[in-house]
Amino acid sequence: MYFGEDPLFGLLRRIGKPVAGHRPWPRYATTAGGWRTMIEALGGNGWSLLGLWAEPGTVHAAIREDMAGDLAVVSLDCPDGTFPSLSAARPGAIRLERAIQDLFGLTAERLTDARPWLDHDRWGVRRPLSDKPAAPMPNPPPYTFLPVEGEGLHQVPVGPVHAGIIEPGHFRFTCNGETVVRLEEQLGWVHKGIEGLMRGKPVEDAAKLAARVSGDSTVAYSLAFAQAVESALGVAVPPRAVWLRALMAELERTANHLGDIGAVCNDAAFAFMLAELSRLRELVARTADACFGHRLMMDRVVPGGVAVDISEDGPARLLELVAELRRRFPPLVAIYENKASLQDRTVGTGVVSGSLVNRFGAGGHVGRASGRGLDARRTPSYAPYEDLEFEVPVRTEGDVNARVWIRICEVEQSLGLVEQIVKRMPGAPRNEKGERPLPRVPVEGPGGEGMALVESFRGEILVWVRVNPDGTIDRCHPRDPSWFQWPLLEAAIEGNIVADFPLCNKSFNCSYSGHDL
Amino acid sequence: MTLLTSVFLQIVQMLVVLALAPGLTGFVRWVKARLLARRGPSILQPYRDILRLLKKEAVLAHNASWLFRTTPYIMFTAIWLAAGLIPTFSTQLALAPTADLIALIALLGSARFFLALAGMDVGTSFGGIGSSREMMIAALAEPAMLMVVFSVAILVRSTSLAEIADFMMSGAVGLRISLALALISLVMVAIAENARIPVDNPATHLELTMVHEAMVLEYSGRHLALIEGASMLKLLLYAALIGCVFAPWGMAGPGADSAAVIRGLATFVLKLGVAGVLLAVFETSIAKMRVFRVGEFLGGALLLSLLGAIFLYVSRGV
Repeated sequence: MYFGEDPLFGLLRRIGKPVAGHRPWPRYATTAGGWRTMIEALGGNGWSLLGLWAEPGTVHAAIREDMAGDLAVVSLDCPDGTFPSLSAARPGAIRLERAIQDLFGLTAERLTDARPWLDHDRWGVRRPLSDKPAAPMPNPPPYTFLPVEGEGLHQVPVGPVHAGIIEPGHFRFTCNGETVVRLEEQLGWVHKGIEGLMRGKPVEDAAKLAARVSGDSTVAYSLAFAQAVESALGVAVPPRAVWLRALMAELERTANHLGDIGAVCNDAAFAFMLAELSRLRELVARTADACFGHRLMMDRVVPGGVAVDISEDGPARLLELVAELRRRFPPLVAIYENKASLQDRTVGTGVVSGSLVNRFGAGGHVGRASGRGLDARRTPSYAPYEDLEFEVPVRTEGDVNARVWIRICEVEQSLGLVEQIVKRMPGAPRNEKGERPLPRVPVEGPGGEGMALVESFRGEILVWVRVNPDGTIDRCHPRDPSWFQWPLLEAAIEGNIVADFPLCNKSFNCSYSGHDL
Repeated sequence: MTLLTSVFLQIVQMLVVLALAPGLTGFVRWVKARLLARRGPSILQPYRDILRLLKKEAVLAHNASWLFRTTPYIMFTAIWLAAGLIPTFSTQLALAPTADLIALIALLGSARFFLALAGMDVGTSFGGIGSSREMMIAALAEPAMLMVVFSVAILVRSTSLAEIADFMMSGAVGLRISLALALISLVMVAIAENARIPVDNPATHLELTMVHEAMVLEYSGRHLALIEGASMLKLLLYAALIGCVFAPWGMAGPGADSAAVIRGLATFVLKLGVAGVLLAVFETSIAKMRVFRVGEFLGGALLLSLLGAIFLYVSRGV
């Protein structure tokens, strides 16, 4: 960086040329040399890697300069099928690069870990998204786990099929007695081929796919996809739709956090909290059903606006819900806080250091519990959050307890946001027949590229999309917040005991489905 | 009381414990569900579960040895026998002369020994984890239990359960600190032995936190039915043991008529009900402890029982 130069755009102007038609943030095409310069900058403090994805022959990296909150995408053409790896500067890129190798066949040079990631040799094809997909290997070698040496060590393989009804993931523990020496994850078991399925789909159909990338954050994913498509096509959404979307997003956040707090307590065998908080979560789901006609509000946010307006009695119901939760939630928080046997389990368990969180660029409650106070609603921010008052809670302990507390504080903030939105939402003018027109505009345009960053209850979801002139999706890449949180779970459990893993895992509550694509 | 009556009462006792054990487990689950504002399954559900498991095919791992196959039978027999030894509604049982506390601990110990071996037999990592945790718990719970036995034995000058119950019923014992300490210690041991919260969670699906459940993960069909049945019997056994030693009221003593026996049965069911409610309330109000805290918990139990025994020595100058 040169003196007086804008940190992000100054660098990008030196290393690349802007590509037209990428909104709202610019995209720069660069060379291998420029890509290496970018890697150097990324290694410094104050920069985040937001995403790394590919299409045949090209890789794209979304980067953010955290101080100013500037975003940009950097693209590198790699005709020989290789690109310099980001993993040395940003370890969070390792798994993204392994996924790119599996899906597109583009190799990251000097990648520290080149084993396959999503591809478990069970697909009928290799490199399914590349120009030349290959036939599967006849005798695939077994997946090699990282070697662990030492006396008295033993391995405990867990999953991918678990004893409870949860998503599949394989965890390989190496233990010394009860103490975990190393945990290695193997994910990819619920790979659905989202990126491949999106190709060539009309925007409405692709929006349905986006809403199902990770079902618990369906509103956030729909919102991110809708924002990306609207940016790509230059569509302006009616203000009422913007506020309704935020309303749904906050309801989803509240419901998920309530469920998670209870689930963490339940993993410490304190079922009372799960029972009580499930009742509160149910209250939110039922109110969402009454307001928007779907308990999880799936497919309610669509490109161009919203699919349904809030029901006539919705605002009153929501204010009632907020009052009810404000009455019933704090006593439960007090129980959590004062239950010594529960605190004994959560305090000091599964600590993630602040430096690690910054290196991996983890967002959401995982990042905020370890001092990384970034929130997509603030940086880079999107409508209508500029007009709303809320705090982004941050703690520095980085343990299970801190992650629970971040959720507790976020529930309180979200309740405040719901209240503000309901009270300040622009009204719907009625037409002569007394009907409220739906706040939705047609999604049309000459095509283009768009990106969006939306805060889900887990952290920031990035969606990048390229829309063809005929209104179909050319490429779409959704990047789940879990990509940068899963690796930290491996760090959090180190030195803890095996029996505390469920507690740590639940306090992270990463998405399998969103990560496996 | 003739030999015939005592044999008859012994048979009734064996059948009663067998019949009531799933009911007690179902009752505890039901109370817990009600405390969590859930409707909860019927109290009869454990009976249905066991019947269902008995009808199902037993699946065995390829490398399962004879030990794995015989353990459920050994375990069930040992615990059933142990539960049959404890005077529940009458002290006049045919096995009363052989039924002392040491024998009881030996029976429970052998059941555990075989189960821990079976947990490791197939060679899965969970079985090994469960067995090692179980043995850690056992290594602390058994001495604590023995100290409780010694305290009571010093007081009663017998380890025979029937004599202890008769002695406690006679009212000659009065209020004693040692007995209170022994009671607390025995309750703590009972919680650990029965894999209840805070030591273990009987309802968990989390393989990594299991103790008892981890050992029996590989079992299925009739084997699992026997093991589940044995666990239920064990819970009833501890409730009956605490009732027999510390609250033997209502039990039919020597020379009792049939009305007294029926009264004894009714009070026994009542005692089980009280124990079930207390257990459910306790389990609901506490989180599970870290695995390594179990040592402190059971160390506490051991110390309390030791203290009880020492008090007895000091106060009576034995």
